[in-house]
Amino acid sequence: MSTTDPQPVISAAGLAVGYGHRPVVDGLGFALYPGQLLVLIGTNGSGKSTLLKTLAGLLDPQGGEVSVLGERPGTQPSRVAYLPQHPVSSHTLPLRVEDVVTMGRFARHGLFGRLGAEDRSAVGDAMRRTGASDYAHRPLRDLSGGQQQRAHLAQVLSRQADVLLLDEPTAGLDVAGRRLVADLVQEERSRGVTVVMATHELSDADNADAAILLAQRVVAQGVPSEVLTDASLREVFGFTQPH
Amino acid sequence: MNFLFAPFTDNEFLRLSLVATCIVAVTCAIAGAFVVLRGLAFVGDALAHGVVPGVAVAMLAGFSGVLGAAVGAAVMMGGVGLVNRRYRLSSDTSIGLLFVGMLALGVIIQSRSSTFAGDLTKVLFGEVLGVAWSDIAWQTVAFGVVAGTAWVCRRPFLLLSFDEGLAETSGFPVRRYANIMLAMVAVTVVASFQTVGTLLVLGMLVAPAATGALFGRRISTVIAIAAVVGVASSYVGLLVSYHADLAAGASIVLVAVVVFALCATSVELRRWWEHRQDIHHHHDHPHFHEHVHH
Repeated sequence: MSTTDPQPVISAAGLAVGYGHRPVVDGLGFALYPGQLLVLIGTNGSGKSTLLKTLAGLLDPQGGEVSVLGERPGTQPSRVAYLPQHPVSSHTLPLRVEDVVTMGRFARHGLFGRLGAEDRSAVGDAMRRTGASDYAHRPLRDLSGGQQQRAHLAQVLSRQADVLLLDEPTAGLDVAGRRLVADLVQEERSRGVTVVMATHELSDADNADAAILLAQRVVAQGVPSEVLTDASLREVFGFTQPH
Repeated sequence: MNFLFAPFTDNEFLRLSLVATCIVAVTCAIAGAFVVLRGLAFVGDALAHGVVPGVAVAMLAGFSGVLGAAVGAAVMMGGVGLVNRRYRLSSDTSIGLLFVGMLALGVIIQSRSSTFAGDLTKVLFGEVLGVAWSDIAWQTVAFGVVAGTAWVCRRPFLLLSFDEGLAETSGFPVRRYANIMLAMVAVTVVASFQTVGTLLVLGMLVAPAATGALFGRRISTVIAIAAVVGVASSYVGLLVSYHADLAAGASIVLVAVVVFALCATSVELRRWWEHRQDIHHHHDHPHFHEHVHH
């Protein structure tokens, strides 16, 4: 996970993450550079979301060291975009998809900054790339789970961040949607964006620079082909990948 | 047509009531839109009951009921936050505990008054027909505070209604803006309880805003529809209460709830009709649909 670039975008050493004073996973260590993809794989409750929330600044680290863009997590909102697991409000929110995607631009403008042509362009571009422009004027709550997820993805992309933290971005998506997410992640990486993605899809690790296999502890970490071995997968999931 | 306007042209007290309830309706529309979108109805109800002991002490001690209500609301907000943080109970449990505790305390304090029943009725059900210009002045100030807060904080409030994690990672601290939103709801409750009472103020907060959320696709539209429904309910409620000799505050709130029920029913009927049309269309043009599905 190293390049000639001396400054990692995200780095962790001996990092412990958890809720309250209860660690879920400890001993995490990695360094990610511009354009790299780290995939987090594990069962439910294994610590994937906890690590992402810590990198997003939503949870304080329980121990060890972590930095995002050279600073404490959560201190650069305009440069880091976080996609949570499906927000519950999506089922009740009467707001239009276009307005929900526009919320992604608020981080750049604070309370009073005016949204301008650049913001409208970023929102339009994000909706076009995810396919959400087809239902831009429909209320979020009237959409299917997959359509809502595309709107959430558009919101994250509209932020034009340097770091993407994606918590199960393919949840609720069909085959075409999952392919779309893979393509979007590749596009973002090609413009230098660093991506950390929690997923249940083992195939998401195919193009990753690194993978961490979690089961409330670090089972394996490193290059995906060395992490997702038959032995480690059997240990975590009880089965292996078909070859 | 005379029966529609004469009560207001002939009676100054009713004109004052109408002005007061319209200001309350617009204030409640703004705060209520966020209460409905963020799911704060129970907190709103608790705040409404949290003001009761404050008002009771104010009545006994002879100072402003508005001031007493503001202190009661502040204690309620602080208490909910404290119980949540210290004892790790779910928020509805801590809110429920303080809700009944404050209401019981209010009734006990009020029971020391020689005019217990009358005073308690005023607090719980309001005194819409006894509004003075000074009350309207207070309500106008509260409207300004609520409208100004909602405008300045519209972005964090929207983000909070969508997802707290998104608000926090967008640079808007959740605790700060959640507290500001609660304070905005508290100001609305304090400004409104004199007209519709602490028991019914939730109706003005939730019913018009819920109607707005049925049709509105932007927060500004939700607020605008809620304001129109609230003002119309105030007028119709006062008129009905005048002609039928019914309790004024309760009539206003009941009209607002009936408007919501009618609108919700019309939305359901429209959905049913559209679904039925789809089925008929499918029967008439089976090949077209086959083509689409393939």
